[in-house]
Amino acid sequence: MSGAIVDEVLASPGGDLVIAAASPWQLARRRLLRNRVALVMAALLAVIVTLCLCAPLYAHHIAHTHPFQSSLDATTIVNGKRVPVMVQSTEGLGLGVTPIGPTWDLHHYFLGADEQGRDVAARLLYGGRNSLLIGTAAALITCTLAVLIGVVAGFFGGLLDGVLSRFLDLIWAFPVYLLAISLSTVLIARGISFGPFHLESGSLLLPITIIGVVYIPYVARPVRGEVLSIRRREFVEAAIGLGASNWRLLWNEVLPNVITTVIVLFPLMLAIDMLTEAALSFLSIGVQAPQASWGTIILDGQDVLYTRPAVALAPGIAIALTVLALNVLGDGIRDALDPRAKLRRTDKES
Amino acid sequence: MLRFLARRFVSMVFVLFSISVLSFLIFFATPGVDPAARIAGRNADQQTLKAVRHDFGLDRPLPVRYALMMKKLFITRDLTSYVNRGAKVIPQVTQAAPVTLSLVFGAAVIWVIASIAMGMLAGVFRGTAIDTTVMIVGLIGISMPVFWLGEVVNLITQSRLHGSVFSWVPPLGYVPFTHSPWGWFKSLLFPWLTLSILYIGIYARVLRSAIVEAQEEDYVRTARAKGLTERRVLFRHALRTSLIGFVSLFGLDFGALVGGGALLTEVVFGLHGVGKLTFDSLQNLDLPVILATVMYAAFFVVVANAIVDLIYAWLDPRVRRA
Repeated sequence: MSGAIVDEVLASPGGDLVIAAASPWQLARRRLLRNRVALVMAALLAVIVTLCLCAPLYAHHIAHTHPFQSSLDATTIVNGKRVPVMVQSTEGLGLGVTPIGPTWDLHHYFLGADEQGRDVAARLLYGGRNSLLIGTAAALITCTLAVLIGVVAGFFGGLLDGVLSRFLDLIWAFPVYLLAISLSTVLIARGISFGPFHLESGSLLLPITIIGVVYIPYVARPVRGEVLSIRRREFVEAAIGLGASNWRLLWNEVLPNVITTVIVLFPLMLAIDMLTEAALSFLSIGVQAPQASWGTIILDGQDVLYTRPAVALAPGIAIALTVLALNVLGDGIRDALDPRAKLRRTDKES
Repeated sequence: MLRFLARRFVSMVFVLFSISVLSFLIFFATPGVDPAARIAGRNADQQTLKAVRHDFGLDRPLPVRYALMMKKLFITRDLTSYVNRGAKVIPQVTQAAPVTLSLVFGAAVIWVIASIAMGMLAGVFRGTAIDTTVMIVGLIGISMPVFWLGEVVNLITQSRLHGSVFSWVPPLGYVPFTHSPWGWFKSLLFPWLTLSILYIGIYARVLRSAIVEAQEEDYVRTARAKGLTERRVLFRHALRTSLIGFVSLFGLDFGALVGGGALLTEVVFGLHGVGKLTFDSLQNLDLPVILATVMYAAFFVVVANAIVDLIYAWLDPRVRRA
């Protein structure tokens, strides 16, 4: 993959043909920058991430709320009047309280309150931090371990490959949601210790590790296949002929060729990981209170779904937008890195 | 072919065995998890714990416990729940299975028809606005969390528009087909649609790229050169080969869903299927039930895998030698 190749013929303003020499990465970047939809989605993703990172700023300086403390007797200001956050029910026996609905006022309960009188908008931003963090960390774990397993299994073959592949097949055959749910249920109560490492039960590391591990075969299997085919290619033969060591072969010849597969899969894994985190949290075996994530907020909103739908709707929309952006971006990156896919797509546009 | 069948069968049994060991270890050998403490209840003294351990055979070595559990699950079929003492596990699974089967089967019909239509539309009009629109709709379907979509559907059909357009939607829950076919249909229509939306998106995308790829193939050009109509080329040549990948994907997804992968949909719509049974038993760590449902799920996934492999081997003789 290294070295410059002459690929694209660009017409210069004067009308002369200029042969542009560029590395494959530059070409890919150029193709990606031409993909408007992908760029829009990248911008959307950047906005979502920035907003979530600014959660404390919003909570402390704009909304002035404590999104992790229940505040049932708090009051707020709507249309200049001071009203309680938890409204006494007027229907039926008048028992029970309903949280305030969306005020659409950024300073006062923009999206309303949840059952404990907490500001949903502020929690949404804080929850987004955790959802994005878990997704990213889990995807990194998946890709790192999968490359390690896939490359070792594909490159060295033999018994090692047999053992690793059987292990991957086993996780693959286990329905992935059931595996994640089983592991979470067992581990969420007490946490787990591996020698010096200890994962606390309320720690975010627990869902990160579980989600990261269950998806390893999804990346490791394609990587292994790729390595198997690369190992037989001429440039590897040539390197062997030059007396390259195994380490050098792996590092200089195999890894650079595998890395594109991983780059294409990473945004897609991130999207899947975020959906899985939301599902686990919704089943109350993911992120644990007092921490929040988009999944736990949907769970919080379930009890007030018919009276205050905003609580459950907002985080769902946030997840859908983020995952959509990641999927479109992933497609864009794939098209940019794989010119054949691009050719197939543009045969009518050009 | 016979040798291929035999080999496939052996590997199927091996995978099932491994899954049973793996799930047994997850639930019984994870450090910090003590089923006896769960059964005995909170603040039970050492004496009670010891008695409970002995009662349930939890003080015996792991391999013995594994063997006993498998014997009870597959041979004597009298495995009982830890939580509802005396309640047999296998009838619970067989009672839940029709609910899950109804849900998954209906959803599969919808997603296959819709995704073939969308995939062909996008594939035929590739590069146009129709293609882009269909693919974006599909992507949106893939990007929504299914349980959230289910809640939105509930919000609309059970609350907001229940007084007008959706007054015919029955309350959440399952109506057996034998009880009332029409009621069965009504109670499952929205769960079907919710579950199928994700798969419509995935399958439409898969089919579209397969059709686009097939259009470039030599045999499609030959078919065109023979003077066949565009419709005949599409249906008889391009679509047919494009469906191979589609079918194998379908086998795997269908198996996983029947095995309890529809858990979230079942939970949101209050359908007491296998997924819900798994989830409920996980909530109170009813280990025998969990083990039974996981084995049930693994069985469907592994069988679906094997069937897909067989179809491949039947379609492509080269696979048999691999």
